[in-house]
Amino acid sequence: MQVSIYRFIPDSDSEPRMQDYEYDLPDDRDLMVLEVLENLKAQDPSIGYRRSCREGVCGSDGMNINGQNGLACKTPVSEAVSRDRLVLRPLPGLPVIRDLIVDMSQFYRQYERVEPFLTNDNPRPAQERLQSQEDREKLDGLYECILCACCTTSCPSFWWNPDKFLGPAALLQSYRFLADSRDTATEERLSKLDDPFSVFRCRGVMNCVNACPKDLNPTRAINEIRTLLIKNGT
Amino acid sequence: MVVNATSFSRSGLTDFLLQRVTAVVLGLYALCIIGFLVANPDVDQIRWVRYMTSPVMLVFGTLTILSFAVHAWIGMWTVGTDYLSEHKMGKYASLVRLLYQGFVVLVVFTYLLIGLGVLWRLPAIFL
Ligand code: SF4
Ligand code: SF4
Ligand code: FES
Repeated sequence: MQVSIYRFIPDSDSEPRMQDYEYDLPDDRDLMVLEVLENLKAQDPSIGYRRSCREGVCGSDGMNINGQNGLACKTPVSEAVSRDRLVLRPLPGLPVIRDLIVDMSQFYRQYERVEPFLTNDNPRPAQERLQSQEDREKLDGLYECILCACCTTSCPSFWWNPDKFLGPAALLQSYRFLADSRDTATEERLSKLDDPFSVFRCRGVMNCVNACPKDLNPTRAINEIRTLLIKNGT
Repeated sequence: MVVNATSFSRSGLTDFLLQRVTAVVLGLYALCIIGFLVANPDVDQIRWVRYMTSPVMLVFGTLTILSFAVHAWIGMWTVGTDYLSEHKMGKYASLVRLLYQGFVVLVVFTYLLIGLGVLWRLPAIFL
């Protein structure tokens, strides 16, 4: 198999290039893309990428694998490879720091904007704020996000307006707190979303749903936010 | 943060709803026209003019032309702020966008005038 990796080392390269490596796949088992990268890095230690947990929990190895964003540690080579070629590029739409490592600042800034923490101005209860089972179930499919940015960097609206459109990951988290029965800041949260960009730049292309390695559905969350805005505004 | 200097209503929600409501008006008007033509395959000019200038169709037509203007402006404004952004084009983006928006306003306004003029059969001198 041929592995083609996006290489850019700002200290020595004036522009990015693709570097090809030959790789012999084992016959008896399928590898994850991350394993291929690890083995290649053993040969060529200059290849740069992020990774930590190697099991789809930390969200650090999001990258563009044969044109599709995903986690290298959760993507089997057999699923990704086409015509015996594996093509690895950094997540699109964010500045490249080196090779497959992107600068996530813009992504985090949008995350910060939705105030991703529980806000409750009722007096503190003696032990904890309780929640019914049904209310807790409303958070399923929202809290599992690992902030890998696979969704947001596959979204054309985020490519065009990364500073104004929140992007699917931040919006999923926005809804996670809007939907939380223990959060009392719903009104204030909604009032910050009613400009033409933050939420309404979502065009329902659903690239985000396609990309999410945790099988979450940001488009649905965005539609829920829109419904809340409509209910709130009319 | 000023993010919406020139959208139609300055509220994403209002723009979003207007875009949908005006689309429905445009769709219904199209249905009326198509429905009339299907129901009257042998239509001649007299009946066509009588239908188009009936009070209901006049009001509906006016509403449709206004809806078109709103719909087109919101849509084109959105396209402009997607593709002609500082993020993509650097410091000249606002100028380019302003020129583009001026052009869109001109076209929409022309359509508005001609449309209303034709519908209400104003003499050409007013156009
Ligand atoms: S559905 Fe919305 S958020 Fe998701 S990729 Fe499309 S435009 Fe972006
Ligand atoms: S929603 Fe999915 S793709 Fe997006 S950041 Fe969270 S885990 Fe990653
Ligand atoms: S290495 Fe942690 S998610 Fe892939």
